Amino acid sequence: MALVINEEQQMLKSSTKEFLDLKSPLTLMRELRDDNYNQFKVELWTEMVEMGWTSLTIPEKYNGLNFGFVGLGQVLEEIGRKLTVSPIISTVLMSTSLISLSKNEVLKNKLFQEIMNGSKLCALAHEEGRHHNPELINSLVSKNEDHFILNGKKKFVIDGSISDYLIVSAKHEDEKNIALVLIDRKSDGINLNNKVHMDSKIYSDISFENVKIDKMNFLSTDNDGSIILNKTLDIARVGLAAEMLGNVQEAFEITMKYIKEREQFGVKIGSFQALQHRSALMFGEIELCKSIVLRALQAIDSNDSELPKFASLAKAKLGLVSKLITNEAVQMHGGIGVTDDVDIGFFLKKTRVADRILGDSNYHLDRLAKLNNY
Amino acid sequence: METKTKVDLTSFRMETRKWLEDNCPNSMREPLTDVKQLYWGGRNGNYFSEDQKIWFERMLEKKWIVPYWETKYGGGGLTPKQNNILNQEMARLGCRKPHINFGISMLGPALLKFASEEQKIHYLNQICKGEIRWVQGYSEPNAGSDLANLQTKAEDKGDHFLVTGSKVWTSFGDKGDWIFCLVRTDTSSKHTGVSFLLIDMASKGVSTRPIKLISGKSPFTETFFDAVKVPKKNLVGTLNDGWTIAKYLLTHERQMIGGIGETDKKKPLSEIAKEVLGKNNGSLSDISIRNKISELEMNEKIFELTIQRAMDEHKAGNNPGAVSSFFKYYGTELGIQKEELRLEVNGFNSTEWTSEESNNGREARLFCRSKGYSIEGGTHEIQLNIIAKRVLGLPSK
Repeated sequence: MALVINEEQQMLKSSTKEFLDLKSPLTLMRELRDDNYNQFKVELWTEMVEMGWTSLTIPEKYNGLNFGFVGLGQVLEEIGRKLTVSPIISTVLMSTSLISLSKNEVLKNKLFQEIMNGSKLCALAHEEGRHHNPELINSLVSKNEDHFILNGKKKFVIDGSISDYLIVSAKHEDEKNIALVLIDRKSDGINLNNKVHMDSKIYSDISFENVKIDKMNFLSTDNDGSIILNKTLDIARVGLAAEMLGNVQEAFEITMKYIKEREQFGVKIGSFQALQHRSALMFGEIELCKSIVLRALQAIDSNDSELPKFASLAKAKLGLVSKLITNEAVQMHGGIGVTDDVDIGFFLKKTRVADRILGDSNYHLDRLAKLNNY
Repeated sequence: METKTKVDLTSFRMETRKWLEDNCPNSMREPLTDVKQLYWGGRNGNYFSEDQKIWFERMLEKKWIVPYWETKYGGGGLTPKQNNILNQEMARLGCRKPHINFGISMLGPALLKFASEEQKIHYLNQICKGEIRWVQGYSEPNAGSDLANLQTKAEDKGDHFLVTGSKVWTSFGDKGDWIFCLVRTDTSSKHTGVSFLLIDMASKGVSTRPIKLISGKSPFTETFFDAVKVPKKNLVGTLNDGWTIAKYLLTHERQMIGGIGETDKKKPLSEIAKEVLGKNNGSLSDISIRNKISELEMNEKIFELTIQRAMDEHKAGNNPGAVSSFFKYYGTELGIQKEELRLEVNGFNSTEWTSEESNNGREARLFCRSKGYSIEGGTHEIQLNIIAKRVLGLPSK
């Protein structure tokens, strides 16, 4: 497959950019933050739904647009540029991807309709430790007469505070198979501790105490929980990398504009070789990022068996490059860069949180070594 | 029409495949193990083996030394699509290139763009027969990164130029037959006083001296010109406009050098590390080295994808110019990092310089040689300057 986006994907990217320029300029993120860390602007989400963004990766047989992940990646990249506040990562990238892999057709039909028409939001509750770990699952589901109950504690749930549903990873009582269960967030026994993070988003620690689960609400069967979870994590890593690609491109462009205008010693600071060489290196690093993000997105669409490798390459590279770019962006802005008056600091704060989500560069470099058997 | 072209290409592929199978000697299908196995041609050209001679002569007869140049210039007259097929079929069998020459990869493209028809017919035909081994004379002792500061002067003496000065970093200068040079023809201006001149190295007054590198090897020479008479007809392009040709040629050179890091298809460093360091609970016993290898291999893979993306962008009709300006820098940088890391992996053995077991210090010498990657063909710093100015449009004051 050629490593370029096709005309349709290019059009989606352009229309997304036009839409966000108009509806979600960088100032919106600031407004929502100043509105007591508002996580959700209803009108904006409604328009996103009308644009079809929640249907992009849903197959035609469920009335989705079946546009694929290269398409969704273009949307996420543009969202990354504008630091747009929306539940697209939790509901579309993570939850929809997971639901797509489920064999529970009844639940799938229902959830897809609710997600496509924008009536429900959905979050994935998986992490339990201090660092990302796909295998660390102590939450338990156990059978109780005609239903099941869930007990456990989850951390760092993206959009947990605004979602209608939670998809929770847990172990079956026999402690072998992983179960993925859908729970109404308002169910009895659920307790949320909402925490604002550096990127002005809220991540929830959630405890589950004897939460009742209907047996129809399992997204996994006896043996596919682990497969579904791991594939979802890889897909989500790639999508996050696409969003981070948008973050770094915008931060870089804002910075280039700034050093072409800012004068010191009677000249533009962009004329200094100390800044020029670092800028040229950043340009190159971003070009490298574009290649791996696109290749990884294609790997999802083509059901490539090497998806785990491409996902880790993408997330590791974007983790490292986003650190380089946002640090340099703040530094090149000088004093004003560390003030809240300008937007550049938002990119620094956004990417540091993004690096943690589903594994930072250390995690993925380690995983790559394992995948390559050393 | 389209179907007919497809049919033609398919039959071209079949014919090519059969011809290569019938004509390429088996030993010429083995991977190269030493650069000495390449045939450079020229007046003193030496064949490494009888098979190499046969292979060169058969390809010459087929006009496939430079298959994609027009037949009037001695080329095979293949279309780009046919040439791709030939390359694919050669790669399929593992056929070696029959002939390597800077005349093909560097001078040729410049002649095609800037030379007179008479010059093209003369020089390109020679190149297609492998008769002349070409070398390059650009840098001078006082004109490295500041190449336009070159001082080797060519004085107009009516029917000839009188060339005096010296060039440095001439690759294989001692083995060259002819040299393509940048010379100063006007001392009153810098960039617009430079011309592009072809000089026969057998002329009276030309001499060379090898430059010994820190690797102990001498792939480069200094080349001296002591009042050398050069016919006026050896000027390529317009007098004093050689800088335009130089820039065009440097782009070709940088693309070639950018490939240094990625031509290394030998055993991955992680495999060597496993043998040398061993594993502990499934992972390399030295965690610090393991992380460095993982990061380097990540970047190598992503660089490979980026070269592919640039080619695909080009095929799709988009201009990949901006991204390819980074290739020389990054390709050589990865090569340098790899040699550094190779020493770390191989420990005490890695710095051996003369022992037989170390193949005469192969790794240590490769490491030393790699230090030149970020200097030759435009230093890292010059490459970054170019990106800052031409791609990012950063101001000069």
